[in-house]
Formats: sequence, C-alpha cells, structure tokens
Amino acid sequence: MKHLLSITDFTVEEISEVIAVAEDISKNIYSYSEKCKNKILATLFFEPSTRTRLSFESAMLSLGGKVLGFSDANSSSSSKGESVSDTIKVVSCYSDIIAMRHPKEGAPLVASMKSSVPIINAGDGGHNHPTQTLTDLLTIKTEKGRLDNLTVGFCGDLKFGRTVHSLIQALARQKGIKLVLISPDELKIPDYVKTDVMDKYGMEYIETTSLEKAMPELDVLYMTRVQQERFFNEDDYLRLRDSYILTVDKLSSAKKDMCILHPLPRVNEIAVDVDDDPRACYFKQVQNGRYVRMALIMKLLGVK
Amino acid sequence: MNIDAIKNGIVIDHIKAGKGMEIYNFLNLGELDCTVALIKNVSSKKTGKKDIIKIDASIDLNFEVLGYIAPEVTVNVIKNGETVQKVRPEPPKFLKNVIKCKNPRCITSVEQGIDQCFKLTDSGVYRCIYCESKAKN
Ligand SMILES: [Zn+2]
Repeated sequence: MKHLLSITDFTVEEISEVIAVAEDISKNIYSYSEKCKNKILATLFFEPSTRTRLSFESAMLSLGGKVLGFSDANSSSSSKGESVSDTIKVVSCYSDIIAMRHPKEGAPLVASMKSSVPIINAGDGGHNHPTQTLTDLLTIKTEKGRLDNLTVGFCGDLKFGRTVHSLIQALARQKGIKLVLISPDELKIPDYVKTDVMDKYGMEYIETTSLEKAMPELDVLYMTRVQQERFFNEDDYLRLRDSYILTVDKLSSAKKDMCILHPLPRVNEIAVDVDDDPRACYFKQVQNGRYVRMALIMKLLGVK
Repeated sequence: MNIDAIKNGIVIDHIKAGKGMEIYNFLNLGELDCTVALIKNVSSKKTGKKDIIKIDASIDLNFEVLGYIAPEVTVNVIKNGETVQKVRPEPPKFLKNVIKCKNPRCITSVEQGIDQCFKLTDSGVYRCIYCESKAKN
C-alpha cells in the first residue's frame, strides 16, 4: 500500500505516470466519471482549508466516488482529545482512501503507520504539501511541454515557503534544471535545502535580490507571498515588499512564453492586471489541481 | 592523581574534554551499583585534554546512544586487567526513543504513544522522521 506524504515518496517515474494520467483527464474528464464508483474518500481536515478540501472532494466526485469527512477539528472527535492514531484507525474502516490536513508537522506519517488505507497528505503545518507540488508540476508540464531543461525562477519568501522547497525537491531529479533564486537576504533559501537537495543532485543555481535582472532568462516564474511577520521591523518589510511584487512593467523583459505560477491565495505579490497576461497560469493551476488529485487517487487506489 | 586500574570492566577513553558528564548522564551511569569514575581534563598527547570514564563491571553499554553523542570515543573492554577489545562506536542510522523532538509544531509534541525517531541524513545530521527538524540535545 502506497501513501503520499512528501513529494519524495514518489519516484520520477511515478510522478510522470500521475502527470500523464492527469493530462489525459484534462482532455476527456467524462471518460473517468466511473473510475472510482463505490469508493469512498475521507477528507479529514483537522485544520480548515476550504480550497484544498473542495479540490479533493471535486476530484473524487468527478471519478464517480463518494466523500465524507470533517472540515475542522472542532467538529471532530480530536477536539475531545482523540489522537491522530485513533481517529485514523476508525476512519480507515469507513473509507478506501484518506486525504488529511493537520496543523502539526508529521501527523500524516503517524496516520500512515496506523492506517489500513492509503493516506494523502493535504498539508501538515509548514512541513509538506505534496499535492500542491503535483499541481505545480502538471501546470509546468502542460504549459512548457516538459519538466526538464528549464530555467525556473523562485521569487519572494524562499526561507519559509514549503511549496518552494518541495517543488525544488521534485525538480532536482529532472535533467537540466537551472534555478534562479530571487529573494531579499532575510528570506534566502535555507542552507539545508542547498546541501541536502540542490548540491546533492548537482543542480545549477544562482541567487539574486533582483527580480528585474533575473526576468529575461526565466522559462517559469514561481511567485510566493512575502509576509510582514517574517520581518523584524515594518520599514524593512515596506522597503522590500515592492521589489518582489510582479507587475505588468516588470514582465516587459520576460520571455513571451514564460509561465507564471503561484500557490494561491495571493495577497498583493502579483498585481491584478497581470491576470490578463497570457503568461499568468495561477488560475489554470486550480483546474490542474483537480485533475492531478483525480490521477493521484486513482494511482493510490490501484485503479487503471 | 591516580585512579586504580580496573580488572574487569569498561573504559571509555578519548572523550572530548568537558563532555564526560553528558555521556555519564545519557548512559544513566549514575544508576549503576559498581564503582564508576569520571575523570576530567586528563592530559592527552593527541588532543591536549580529554575526559575518561571507568566502569568497574562488565555491563552492556548502549552503543547506539554512545555512537550518537560521542562517536569519537574509544571503548576498551577490560578482562583480567587486560584490554581484550577496542571498539569505536558508529553513529547509528536510526535512533529510537533516545532523544526527543524539540519542535513545538511537531506531532510528537501532542500525540500520545508514538516512538521518538530520528534518522541520520546524508549531510550527517539527525532529523526527526515526523517533522524533519534537526535533533538538539
Ligand atoms: Zn519532530
């Protein structure tokens, strides 16, 4: 039995397989409408995230399956102090697969040790969120036609951004990826990501503080939120914030076929008028999130 | 200063000066009934100063713990006054219930009845298998 707790649980081949099925789903979704008939997905959200939960439920319903679950810890027995282990032992009797979100890091691993059905990590605190990474990969694949030989820029908060670290982990195993890491000094990529991922796989990368300078060579630009609470004082935040906001002006030097990603929700790091640019792919990502979750559920349930 | 040579027992040698007490505590040597000597700041040709622990009984040392906190030491097993075995403890690949995760956001901080587990990573640091935080003593 296979779980998806971290993107590294899947080999490059397994990721390609899921992406390929997701691409096919995007072309004829209705031919998949009975693939998971009579199967039940439990969505256990110990912490609310309406967006992610709906994406999972929509995916399962599109496969002809059924869903049950809870959307925050207050409506579940965990508010009465029931452990993750006990909740999972019970729920795995009621369902064929479980998607869980939990505020504590590593909770899905505990769940996988006790579960009799596959577990999908739908986010565990600031730790992992592998279905976001699969969504990012599917979007890059559909927009660029490939996952290798790309120059990928990451902009904003590279220190705390779990989606950034996870996508870098996934790209590390592809050939010919060059990373351009664009952030203020305060929010640079942590050393352990460099040593344990980028250096380990011999990835080519440069670090810069200037989005404008980096722009012309990028095939993909991954934007993240720069949050005020990451800074010691407001002046630093205000000074830096504007340098990491994507505007139509800054886009003028970008490649015509660059693709712009963002894990959403956005606050102000992408100006609203960028949305009309054909290079803006962040709303397409939402649609891709549904397709890739469908493909993932099928894979973990062993449905062809 | 002279400490009697032991006849049957264990000598943990080449402990980094100042680290002897930590090892003493980690191995729970305070609970032993036999004579245990912790000798600090012994002059050493190699490192200038070192600590030594002598245990006057043949006990089962927890090499996993020792390999984690002090892989640099040498363990001498003494029988009838002679060193019969010299062992360098290896840093273990996996630590189960030796140390606790200190990350307050880790599931181990709230979930009852799960093992505290750490894995040795490629870069030589131990990380919690649940939250992947670095181990801190
Ligand atoms: Zn932990």
